[in-house]
Amino acid sequence: MNTSIIAKFKLSYGEFKLNVDLSLPSSGITVLFGHSGSGKTTLLRCIAGLQQATEGFLGINGEVWQDSEKHIFIPTHQRALGYVFQEANLFTHLSVHDNLNYGLKRLKNRVDIIQKEHIIDLLGISHLMTRMPDNLSGGERQRVAIARALVLNPNILLMDEPLASLDSSRKQEVLPFLMRLNQQLKIPVLYVTHSKQEMAQLADYLVLMSKGKVDATGPLSQTLSRVDLPLAKDRQASCVWDVYVAQHDSADHLTQVAFSGGRLYLPTVSLAIGDKLRVQIFARDVSVTLDISTQTSILNILPATILAILNDDIGQSVVSLKVGDNQLLAHITQKSAAFLNLTLGKSVFVQIKGTSILN
Amino acid sequence: MLTSADFSTLRLTFQVASLATMLMLLFGTPLAWWLARTQSKWKGIINAIVALPLVLPPTVLGFYLLVILGKNGPIGQLTTHLGLGTLPFTFAGLVVSSFLYSLPFVVQPLQTAFSAIGNRPLEAAATLRASPLDTFFSVVMPLSKSGFLTATVLGFAHTVGEFGVVLMVGGNIPDKTRVVSVQIYNHVEALEYSEAHWLSGGLLVFSFCVLWVLYSTVKTSSSTQFLK
Repeated sequence: MNTSIIAKFKLSYGEFKLNVDLSLPSSGITVLFGHSGSGKTTLLRCIAGLQQATEGFLGINGEVWQDSEKHIFIPTHQRALGYVFQEANLFTHLSVHDNLNYGLKRLKNRVDIIQKEHIIDLLGISHLMTRMPDNLSGGERQRVAIARALVLNPNILLMDEPLASLDSSRKQEVLPFLMRLNQQLKIPVLYVTHSKQEMAQLADYLVLMSKGKVDATGPLSQTLSRVDLPLAKDRQASCVWDVYVAQHDSADHLTQVAFSGGRLYLPTVSLAIGDKLRVQIFARDVSVTLDISTQTSILNILPATILAILNDDIGQSVVSLKVGDNQLLAHITQKSAAFLNLTLGKSVFVQIKGTSILN
Repeated sequence: MLTSADFSTLRLTFQVASLATMLMLLFGTPLAWWLARTQSKWKGIINAIVALPLVLPPTVLGFYLLVILGKNGPIGQLTTHLGLGTLPFTFAGLVVSSFLYSLPFVVQPLQTAFSAIGNRPLEAAATLRASPLDTFFSVVMPLSKSGFLTATVLGFAHTVGEFGVVLMVGGNIPDKTRVVSVQIYNHVEALEYSEAHWLSGGLLVFSFCVLWVLYSTVKTSSSTQFLK
């Protein structure tokens, strides 16, 4: 892992204390996940310099933005960042076109026009250029806000719950754009959210926060499958796999996708062979067997190794498994775990009853 | 009809009001910005000082200005020392006293407009590479356009309409410090009711038109809120 974002902050106001020490990857989407009051937005604001932590160090790609020991604090407007607020925060006195140009006009190094046109296309806002922000829908406004931050070609993009103020259909309007951004632009994104759905869809890397502290960090799939974290015990616990399309079985209306541990059957996906996609597998949809049963309606049966088992006090076991290079969670009863004599390192088979596609 | 003396007072009034309004906008804007943004413990006391002319009898303000600006007052001694003479009974004195007297009419609408903008556009501008000063000119000023309009119109109109302070600090010197409101008083004292009618009617129509235009153009209620 290339850790070139280093963020250490200490700050307190009233009852709230923020105390974090993070090294984050310099590419992909890092999701800061936690309930409200966990300090994730405060952390993002400290990174942007909108709030100044009393003690802190912040280095982005080797550039120091804050070092309280050396009394360095670069003000926000001198940091090469993009920030997307929860409410779009467009300038209501400027048209969409002028909102996009506001930052561009102030850049020392001009960004080439192709980049700008590309971003306008990517976010599908070219038809809105002459409109005023008050005449846009919530989803359109947020897309303009994202474009306004991106056209500056920042070294890091900070997003503070950019979908939280939108209703669910507007969310679905903006989410695909965010997923495309990740594939097409090479800048690190820090994305604050309390939505598990957004986290599963967008994250490459996960930072779990509560009460101003970091509980866990790591690649999404690995972190989701850690049985020591509360997420794994949740009824909605799941794992997320990045796979690619291997074969279409059109007669059966199925698509085969491949990953390091084998293949999965999915309902037909309209993607070309070789295209990447992300699937989510809920722990409640996974069962464990000791041998391949051919007499079953379940299509997806894969060899796996047991990594960890955690028993709760209401008769349930959370089992973490390795399938190829991927991790998987299964929720089973303790009675079954005992019956199968599940132990760490044991080779088993997992039966996956259902998957959902996140693209 | 209006005499040439009346026209002279009109010209003088216009000059005093224009100059005072410009000064009020120049000094009132940073003051209003500070008052709208600060969490300093001085905020209350500064607010109170700025608002004093709203409640004080103009004669009280005029009296103290005479004392402070006069030959034996602290500022009078300073201006004498600098070779500027004393301010009472001069055009400059008129402008200075008008400035202090009408300042709340400029500061308060601006302060209300600035507060209404809130933090969010300022933070957005900072993330888009705009320095605080740049942000003030490119975001705050356009967003508080109606506040500036209200402040300018009220500051100007209120200066035109003042009487007590200008009479006490300016005196009643033709062509030098005699403004319209004082001239009306002179006409009435001399029982020249027809002349008084022309000037008074003129001021009445002027003030009404100013407020009418103001209330019809300024749609956002925030900056005129304190008038209601």
